Amino acid sequence: MVEEGLRNELSRQNIFLTSIQELYNWGRRNSLWPLNFGLACCAIEMIAASMARFDIARFGAEVFRPSPRQADLMIVAGTVTKKMAPMVVRLYNQMPEPKYVIAMGACAISGGPFKRGYNVLKGIDRYIPVDVYIPGCPPRPEALLHGLITLQRKIAGERLTGPERPRHLRELEPSEYPIPAYGPYDLDPPKNTELWHPKPFVRDA
Amino acid sequence: MSRQTEGQQFASALGMGNASPEGPRGDSPVLPPPAGPLYEAKPKPGSARAAEGETLEVAVGPHHPSTHGVFRMDVVLDGERIISLKPRFGYLHRNHEKLCEGGTYLMAIPYTDRLDYFCSLTNNWAYVLAVEKLAGVEAPERAEYLRVITAELTRLLNHSCLVGFLLQDMGAMGTPLMYAFREREKLVDLFEELTGARMMCNYMRFGGCRTDASAGWLERTRRVVDDFPRFLDEFEDLLTSNEILLARTQGVGKLSAELAINAGVTGPMLRASGVAYDIRKAAPYGIYERFAFRVPVGEHGDVYDRYMIRMLEMRESVRILKQALKEIPEGPVLNPKARRRNFRPPVGEAYGRLEAPKGELGFYLISDGSPRPYRFRIRAPSFINLTILEDMCLGHTLQDAVIILGSVDIVMGEVDR
Ligand code: SF4
Repeated sequence: MVEEGLRNELSRQNIFLTSIQELYNWGRRNSLWPLNFGLACCAIEMIAASMARFDIARFGAEVFRPSPRQADLMIVAGTVTKKMAPMVVRLYNQMPEPKYVIAMGACAISGGPFKRGYNVLKGIDRYIPVDVYIPGCPPRPEALLHGLITLQRKIAGERLTGPERPRHLRELEPSEYPIPAYGPYDLDPPKNTELWHPKPFVRDA
Repeated sequence: MSRQTEGQQFASALGMGNASPEGPRGDSPVLPPPAGPLYEAKPKPGSARAAEGETLEVAVGPHHPSTHGVFRMDVVLDGERIISLKPRFGYLHRNHEKLCEGGTYLMAIPYTDRLDYFCSLTNNWAYVLAVEKLAGVEAPERAEYLRVITAELTRLLNHSCLVGFLLQDMGAMGTPLMYAFREREKLVDLFEELTGARMMCNYMRFGGCRTDASAGWLERTRRVVDDFPRFLDEFEDLLTSNEILLARTQGVGKLSAELAINAGVTGPMLRASGVAYDIRKAAPYGIYERFAFRVPVGEHGDVYDRYMIRMLEMRESVRILKQALKEIPEGPVLNPKARRRNFRPPVGEAYGRLEAPKGELGFYLISDGSPRPYRFRIRAPSFINLTILEDMCLGHTLQDAVIILGSVDIVMGEVDR
């Protein structure tokens, strides 16, 4: 690795140094194709983010694809109900690797205002791995853009080799997750225990 | 390509096809796909092809770019023509009514925002009307004007976005929706300034409105309203006599006045079928009697009329807005006698309804004298307008079904509640 100061100096002389890893991450992070996938109210703000004023195209993510086979970013925008959760997981499974998930809005994170409801999934991270959480009800389009930039930073920091490589480069990590079934009382299983490790809640003494 | 494989590809593009039971690496645990085929060729009576068993069932949705949210239609096709269409709801059932019964009257207002998330202000108003009827509270004069102003701004927002989405469904990707959202941004900026939120305004209270509008806000609103007809002209230049739009919409998805009345359809859908029924005129609420406006009525009840009704309604809304912005008096916006904390309406029941942009929105409340409503029921216009979808789609192609659905103007938050 060349150190940062030398690299800057060289780039002033019109000599650019890079590595395969940087080039690869640079290319991928600037052309995220989101899945055209709206669940509820938050989807309207997602659409607003792709329109003229907020213009998500500035960050290379304006190509909303209707088919999961062509998308590599799933923005879970809205309330995931127990009836819809199997479809969301199925859509995730159908996306090709490498794939990322943004949970947009309180509902996708935790159930939000409807958490007490009997039919609302309390967070999509119980079934699929989430990379970026955007709080808000609904998050403003700026917040979505910030979430997208956060994801881009995350991609920029990914390593292609070594023990810190991301999920999609490890052979033993799954690229698809079990699809829950609609059981008699609740989704079956109610959560993917291999994936979902909430921090235990400790009250201050 | 045989028809069956075409359908399979279509279905899998919709996320409904059978996912391969094993992941690409063959090592990941995936539950087996549901038993039985998701779509199958089944003979349906009535056509020669159907007798030979050559029909195709396609499940459109719940993930589909043109279903306006998580809505599913189970369509049976005979060649290109639809011979049966079953709407399937419930993918966004968020227990609104039950949650609102569990909280106090005040706590229900934010939930009403999230019913029809384009029109949070009219939802607020309909609920507040019901509570005011129940408790016999009145709103001050200025609050009534603010309610009319925000409700009509909401109507502008809803109709312009709807037309944009409708055109998007017809394949005009981008441009009309882009224009509509440009206007929406102006309107949500006004909402944000007044209420603090772009979409979920949570603005009205029993006995008035939460915050007062400043003189600057009224001035900015006047400017936006004065500019709006320019946008409408631009939109109409682009669309109203557009040959493609005419070809796609005229004579498509006809709805007769009888069927519309019998099915309880309300709002622009009903008026497009030639029935002049607008709650603002038929049973005026708030201060709507004071304003001069017309109720546009269609003739044919097809998609084009529904589009046109919305364009004309926006012009009428601009008219109402201009009058309201001129006449708005000074004064308080909250009735000081109306309690909000520890609010216990007397035992009884009330139905508050108004002309929401999508149709008659009603809230039916039963009070048992406690701080929580005993029964909280929402009459959602888009749900009831959606029930006649099959009747409008029969005999048309799947592409037409998509724009017929678009012209019904549904929002799943309200349909499934
Ligand atoms: S977080 Fe709020 S705005 Fe987003 S889907 Fe949930 S209720 Fe709607």
